[in-house]
Amino acid sequence: MMSSLSQNKLKGYLRSDGRKGIRNVVVIAYLVECAHHVAREIMMHFHGQPVQLIGFGGCYPNAYADKMMNALCTHPNVGAVLLVSLGCESFNRKRLYQTIEESGRPVKLLGIQAIGGTKKTIADGIEFISSALDEIKKVPVVDLEVSELVVGVVSGGSDATSGITANPAAGKAFDIIVKKGGTAIFENIGEMIGLDDLISERGVTPELRGELKKAMEKSARYYTIMGHGSFAPGNAEGGLTTQEEKGIGAYYKGGTAPISGIIKPADIPLHKGLYLMDIVPDGEPRFGFPNVNDSSEIVELIASGAHCVLFTTGRGSVVGSAISPVIKICANPDTYKRMQDDMDINAGKILSEEVSVNEVGEEIFDKIISVASCVPSCSEGLGHQEFVLGYKTFEPIGPSCQP
Amino acid sequence: MKISIIMGKLMKINPADNVLIVKNNISPGDEEQVGDIKITFDKAIGFGHKIAGKNINKGEKVIKFGVPIGSATEDISIGSHVHLHNLKSDYLSTYTLDDEFIKSK
Repeated sequence: MMSSLSQNKLKGYLRSDGRKGIRNVVVIAYLVECAHHVAREIMMHFHGQPVQLIGFGGCYPNAYADKMMNALCTHPNVGAVLLVSLGCESFNRKRLYQTIEESGRPVKLLGIQAIGGTKKTIADGIEFISSALDEIKKVPVVDLEVSELVVGVVSGGSDATSGITANPAAGKAFDIIVKKGGTAIFENIGEMIGLDDLISERGVTPELRGELKKAMEKSARYYTIMGHGSFAPGNAEGGLTTQEEKGIGAYYKGGTAPISGIIKPADIPLHKGLYLMDIVPDGEPRFGFPNVNDSSEIVELIASGAHCVLFTTGRGSVVGSAISPVIKICANPDTYKRMQDDMDINAGKILSEEVSVNEVGEEIFDKIISVASCVPSCSEGLGHQEFVLGYKTFEPIGPSCQP
Repeated sequence: MKISIIMGKLMKINPADNVLIVKNNISPGDEEQVGDIKITFDKAIGFGHKIAGKNINKGEKVIKFGVPIGSATEDISIGSHVHLHNLKSDYLSTYTLDDEFIKSK
């Protein structure tokens, strides 16, 4: 069943830390909302070229946002970085600049106040990006094994079909990746309320099982204080009634492999295998909802090294992402008919044509290989580059989280 | 995971489930066999929604995918639509909009 595509040798962009990218993009990062417009104007000058916009809007320091930006700017898919600062914001631009410089990537920091305003900064930015686009062509291209791939999965716009078609099929693709020695990361720990035992018993050591249980309990407590889970009105219209019902459906997208570790956003998995990402902040709830939308979850998976992200949707999401391609797996056959241009995989045929979950899982795996071979995913081809990063608080993970 | 039983327009995901899932939209007047009983539906029920596969008592857990997805808030008779009006989460309340604004405008 698996196509010849999967047998093809993959190629990757070799970075100085030994990691390999499946894309080679130039990232423009604004370091406060006040620098967003200038950064966007520079990006728009290069429309149609691999130049993408990310950033952190807050003016006040946050260790999580700092760690995320450092991880994202040195992601294996990133070849060069332009930092755009207003000048008076709190973001630790010096450390971020040094992190990127030490990684061997071309980097430039522009301060709008120091340079003399919007026009001059845009001109300087355009000059740097033009040279960076030439520079990144020199990055060595080397063989890339499936076992070197890191793939994430999220779900968004779920309906009653998500848990029956797209999520178990994505889970099957995850099982294939793990079996081939690769790394797969799932999250939605906040959705999986009520599934403490099912999840924790999959940990590979007793200590990890304890950590998984603790994370689930933290999540239940956090969302109870918030008074709201990850349930949106469209979920109910699509036939889902409760958070638990959505959660058990979401759970299947992690596949059936043992859980090798639990990480937090921007932690890089130390080993191969299946990882659960704990996206729920530690301590007392402080900055509101753990993740305000699907894009903030995608960005966290990318910060932990995901080369691409699977996105299962029943109602029909259209988002993509900066840095790593998003592969859309449509759970609902009616939605697929309506929104085909945005969907890479029609998992709804599990219901409408009675195709097996395993077959669609293999199709998803083949799609990962094709996207890793530089074929654009639907959202990527349509120019989607969503990016969301907000405030959070995390304690570092302990040694038993990655045994 | 695989769908365990398909019957007409309905399917059962896990043998332990006490709800069935609508596989094809149900129209008023449609008849479907649910267990030993033939149910005649008096309203349209959309694809993906849940139908009681047996009588479920008030307070009893509703089981889908083989796990509890909440508790019945009233007695639910076999063949009835199971949704926000008779099922609630054991953890968090469900937030919904009461209009179809996008569709109507």
